[in-house]
Amino acid sequence: MSALSTPAGVARGVALDLSAPRARLRRERAFQGVLMTATLVALLVMVTLLFDVLSDGAARLNQDFFTSYTSRRAADTGIRTGLTGSLSLMVLVAGMSFPIGVGAGIYLEVFAPDNRFTRFMQVNIANLAGVPSVVYGLLAAAMFVYIMGLGRTLISGALALTLLILPVIIVASREAIRAVPPSIFNGALALGATPWQATRKQVLPVAMPGILTGTILALSRAVGETAPILVAGAVFSRRADNEPWNILEAFGALPVQVYDFIKRPQAEFQTEVAAAGIIVMLTVLLTMNSGAIILRNRYARRR
Amino acid sequence: MPTLQPVVPPSPDVSLAPRSSRWGERSIVSVLWVFAAISIVTTLAIVFVLLEEGVKFFGQVSIVEFLTDTAWRPFGDATSEAFRIGVLPLVSGTMLVTVIALLVAVPLGLASAAYLSEYAPARVRGVLKPALEVLAGIPTVVLGYFALTLVTPALRTIFSPESINIFNALSAGLVVGVMIIPTVASLSEDALSAVPDGLRAASYGMGATKSVTIRRVLFPAALSGIVSAIILAMGRAIGETMIVSVAAGNLPTLTINPGSQIQTMTGYIVQAVGGEAPRGSLTYNSIFAVGILLFLMTFALNIIANRIVRRFREAYE
Repeated sequence: MSALSTPAGVARGVALDLSAPRARLRRERAFQGVLMTATLVALLVMVTLLFDVLSDGAARLNQDFFTSYTSRRAADTGIRTGLTGSLSLMVLVAGMSFPIGVGAGIYLEVFAPDNRFTRFMQVNIANLAGVPSVVYGLLAAAMFVYIMGLGRTLISGALALTLLILPVIIVASREAIRAVPPSIFNGALALGATPWQATRKQVLPVAMPGILTGTILALSRAVGETAPILVAGAVFSRRADNEPWNILEAFGALPVQVYDFIKRPQAEFQTEVAAAGIIVMLTVLLTMNSGAIILRNRYARRR
Repeated sequence: MPTLQPVVPPSPDVSLAPRSSRWGERSIVSVLWVFAAISIVTTLAIVFVLLEEGVKFFGQVSIVEFLTDTAWRPFGDATSEAFRIGVLPLVSGTMLVTVIALLVAVPLGLASAAYLSEYAPARVRGVLKPALEVLAGIPTVVLGYFALTLVTPALRTIFSPESINIFNALSAGLVVGVMIIPTVASLSEDALSAVPDGLRAASYGMGATKSVTIRRVLFPAALSGIVSAIILAMGRAIGETMIVSVAAGNLPTLTINPGSQIQTMTGYIVQAVGGEAPRGSLTYNSIFAVGILLFLMTFALNIIANRIVRRFREAYE
């Protein structure tokens, strides 16, 4: 017992030292450290993946790989069908999903009356965004391929992907339109423009960078999707090599081709060839995504 | 929200907007309405197709057997010995992968959300958030490749080749977990950021440290958003197709052993479609029967998540 001990009945060591106890500080730091490490895990996984793919596939990338058809021999095989198929799909999907998605976004944000039907549409769009992509494949396989008689063709696959990314584009368009100050719209109305004129000439130009960003991101998702077009009948053989405008022919796509490579029993296909295909696919996606991010940043700075 | 509403004038008597009696204006609005209605047509078409093709399946086999039998071999002739149509192995496969995925994604996703929302300086956030977006944008077939060629061999070295099959639920589940981390993290972070600063200040004022504030004040305050984030992520895990098709195998197995080969509902759909079963065959219709189940499960999860957000949202300000 020290001489300074307080008399009985009074709490000891009353608030002379106001700094936090060391043990507590250590606990705080440890907590923060754990959170930070956990955040980095996901990124570490991603870096590992990229490194793994590059080291497996980079050697396989040469000109022949882009221009050859698939082959039973790993040394001769290429991704020509996948490349042309993905390009055609991208053009078709963009051509269909952009006007429809933006139009729906405009309707819901500018013209829709506030009633139960509108609210139902909104809830429905939110729910559609949560439907697994493979279910869109089932829709295409039954509705487009058989009931509408389009067969396992490019247009069936493109329709499946279009319906899949429509909710994403609608939501992105709505957000971009909502971010436009209402004074712009109202000012146009005050000058005598009709609501559509005000939307088309004043609101849309301001909202367009946001809309384009959302659309590009949605398209890049469509390019990477495998399940819906696989179920809708995408193939990887020479049969699928057609001109992009032949929408009623068999079709292929990069992700489907990669899936085929992975599924083959030979190790060369499973690692080298598949990895090379993945590098090509990720390069395409990365280009699209950085385009979207550049667009977004430029837009953010101007505002 | 109703920023652009003055199209509908407050009172029908004093309309300042031009009267929309122009036919061009009206026809454009109706075209836009049709575009918006396509989403409803899509939902109806999905339901129609699933029912149309799936119900034929239940016309030939009993729905009770479908839901209770313990083996799934819907191939060939319905009268043969081997033919079994119990969907439970597929459901258990899906659930096994989903549970493993959530065990990965919930702790990591919530930790990321807390770090990004409460600790990370603006510059670090500016790097980490886009990085998570990139992760969310990686095609799942690529993640499947990753599971099969990197994670599975690693697991077989850590445990033993005997206990971990080349195709296994564990590897697929872990990678599905990584896939849904961005979903958990970004939605939970939104929920945490929406908690007003007054609660943080009050907590510090009571003498709580930052970690205590996060665990005892912020998480409970943001609970509805966090729970709905987890439910949405669960829906994505259940619906995930390519990772499980590549890495989990094609053998429907009623098991909880994560090292064994399994098949999920989505995995079956891809496998059976790849087999090019002719339309109208029992195998073809079984794909849609599984599709109905998958659709119902994910749809229910979506609705629950939306309900939770709407009903339990703390209305600050």
